[in-house]
Amino acid sequence: MTPDSPSPGDPFRAGVENGWKVIDASALREDRTIDAEIAIVGTGAGGGIAAEILAGAGLSVVMIEEGPLATSSDFHMREAEAYPQLYQESAARKTKDRAINILQGRCVGGGTTVNWTSSFRTPAATLAHWAREYGLAGFGERDLAPWFDRMERRLAIAAWTVAPNENNAALRRGGEALGIRVDAIRRNVRDCWNLGYCGMGCPTNAKQSMLATTIPAALEHGATLLTRTRALSLRHVDGRATALDCAGLDARGTDPTSRRITVRAKTFIAAGGAIGTPALLLRSKLPDPHAVVGKRTFLHPTVVSAALMPEKVDGFAGAPQSIYSDHFLASDVSGPMGYKLEVPPVHPVLAAITLPGDGDAHARSMRELAHMQVTIALMRDGFHHESAGGTVGLRADGTPVLDYPLTDYFWDGARRALLTMAEIQFAAGAKTVMPVHASGPRYGSWAEARKGIAALALAPLLAPVFSAHVMGGCPIGADAERSAVDSTGRHRQLENLYVFDGSLFPTSIGANPQLSIYAIVAKLASGLAAALRA
Amino acid sequence: MPQELDPSAPHVSKAPSTSFRPSRRTFIKVGVAAGAALLLIRWWDQKRAPSGPSMRSGLSPGARAVFAAVIPVMLDGALPRGDAAAPVETLHAIEEAIAGLPPAARDELEELCSLLDFAPARCLLAGVWSPWSQASAEAVAAFLGRWRESRFALLRSGYGALHQLVLGAWYAQPRAWPAIGYAGPPSLGAA
Repeated sequence: MTPDSPSPGDPFRAGVENGWKVIDASALREDRTIDAEIAIVGTGAGGGIAAEILAGAGLSVVMIEEGPLATSSDFHMREAEAYPQLYQESAARKTKDRAINILQGRCVGGGTTVNWTSSFRTPAATLAHWAREYGLAGFGERDLAPWFDRMERRLAIAAWTVAPNENNAALRRGGEALGIRVDAIRRNVRDCWNLGYCGMGCPTNAKQSMLATTIPAALEHGATLLTRTRALSLRHVDGRATALDCAGLDARGTDPTSRRITVRAKTFIAAGGAIGTPALLLRSKLPDPHAVVGKRTFLHPTVVSAALMPEKVDGFAGAPQSIYSDHFLASDVSGPMGYKLEVPPVHPVLAAITLPGDGDAHARSMRELAHMQVTIALMRDGFHHESAGGTVGLRADGTPVLDYPLTDYFWDGARRALLTMAEIQFAAGAKTVMPVHASGPRYGSWAEARKGIAALALAPLLAPVFSAHVMGGCPIGADAERSAVDSTGRHRQLENLYVFDGSLFPTSIGANPQLSIYAIVAKLASGLAAALRA
Repeated sequence: MPQELDPSAPHVSKAPSTSFRPSRRTFIKVGVAAGAALLLIRWWDQKRAPSGPSMRSGLSPGARAVFAAVIPVMLDGALPRGDAAAPVETLHAIEEAIAGLPPAARDELEELCSLLDFAPARCLLAGVWSPWSQASAEAVAAFLGRWRESRFALLRSGYGALHQLVLGAWYAQPRAWPAIGYAGPPSLGAA
């Protein structure tokens, strides 16, 4: 297909018109009680996969989503609409000291509706670390291979054969010039139009998100979807969860209403993401004898380097991520912090809030937007004793806040990453490199950048840090003292509660996590389906 | 404490070391500093209970005055000259953006605006000595510069909130796009 093809339809909207059971809690006029065999909190990568597998196994499923249902005909490729509609806290969610800005989906499909489609299997070094350090059995490369195969088929994850946009091509060119290995990113798309707006919801349903795949399949099997419904807490008696208390949200999705929805189920699945899931467990005051819930939350904290190219880059157009480098992710995970190099889409609002300074200096950077190449370094956290991640806590109103201290170990890695990115950008032909930092540095040569970056004061809120990958906080493991769930994903204290999302990970992944969540949840949910049918 | 925040602030002298008896002036300064610190602590302490309706139905007059002063300075060089509607529309967009945030985030922004609109804090922490509606562009720019690279993370985070709201609200608008070479989203063809 090309952009000249007629606009595609909206199969989700058609399904709703044809009788899928979807309830928008902001429009409820009375409280509701809903019974099901399975209640799934969250409809992102974990909840979506679990819903399809369990509903497909003939179980009655209800999905509970805090965000709205927005479908392809709602996706207008405008940041002003997409961020408030589709992201947690309008894409401005912050860590407790406000030093890290977290981009996290909050809509039907969760992060998969707004991610940039990058699909990586869990790196072998990460799985080996989990086996070695956490005694996790059954999650080796070979154990998971069939699950990766299955998810790759289901979600059309394949090599992207279209030429990368210039933003990505520059990363490849610079890397190759320096002998740094770069590779192509596989993507979960079918008939992609190469528009570049994956982060605002795919308007053509090319992205094989949960919104386009597993959630429709679950609804087709008779599942129920509740939207604008916040899971407040689980009731539990004698080691079993009995009901989930939920509140409706208002039409804007910001404030709870007085509407209450009670979901009674035989089995509960927490899949609200690595901030939402620990928060639900904490609010429910579930037993946590070793105080592991909400601890060791990881972010792939990310630093940014912008560069000005002599030719146009137009980083707002074309598939946002198609080239990466793992050159700086050593297979020995225990050393200094490693990082994965990628590029982000360069849209006006995302660029404006990222570029430092204000007034003339900022306006000048923005006028150079079309020539701006941007590279990001995603730091691999959670593998070293000085990288213990963050802690999810609750505000007085019960909403979660993540406290994530940025340590010297992190800043050492961040400085090396800023150096690496500048060197690659100059090797790709940049005239100017601007590491993103409050002091607004602009360097005209690699020699100047090397000297300047070495001397930059790196501290929270001086060098902006971003995250689009929240992981951990309900770790899976063999050791009851260090894990919240056993190797089937079952909660160690509540026999009918499972955690099926990115909060399972004992460390960060070291790669964009969607495919890791898909495969691991497919394995766990299939195990649960078999156990429930037995 | 305020002297440390801004050694160049003209009205703040060093604490008197020659007298053991606190002067009335010192006492007032301590009171003012304590008031500012209290507001600052509330801005910092995110675990408070959100009050709910704050900033949901628009900015307070004080908050509006803060943004009205900051918008033309932060967007100097970006706002089209002579376009009186642009800053007004940007203020509306900020108001809209804040209304779309969850209660806890709205409360934090209200605290920040209350702090900036509290005259002693405006003088001592922001270094802006006239009310926001009368503050010169130079004074506002100096405030932004002071907070942007302050050695106090708390002030840097206050700058960060203004940066994200003001610059985000401007560049979200199609009127901002011609100057930056962005043609807007592509067309999907005939519907």
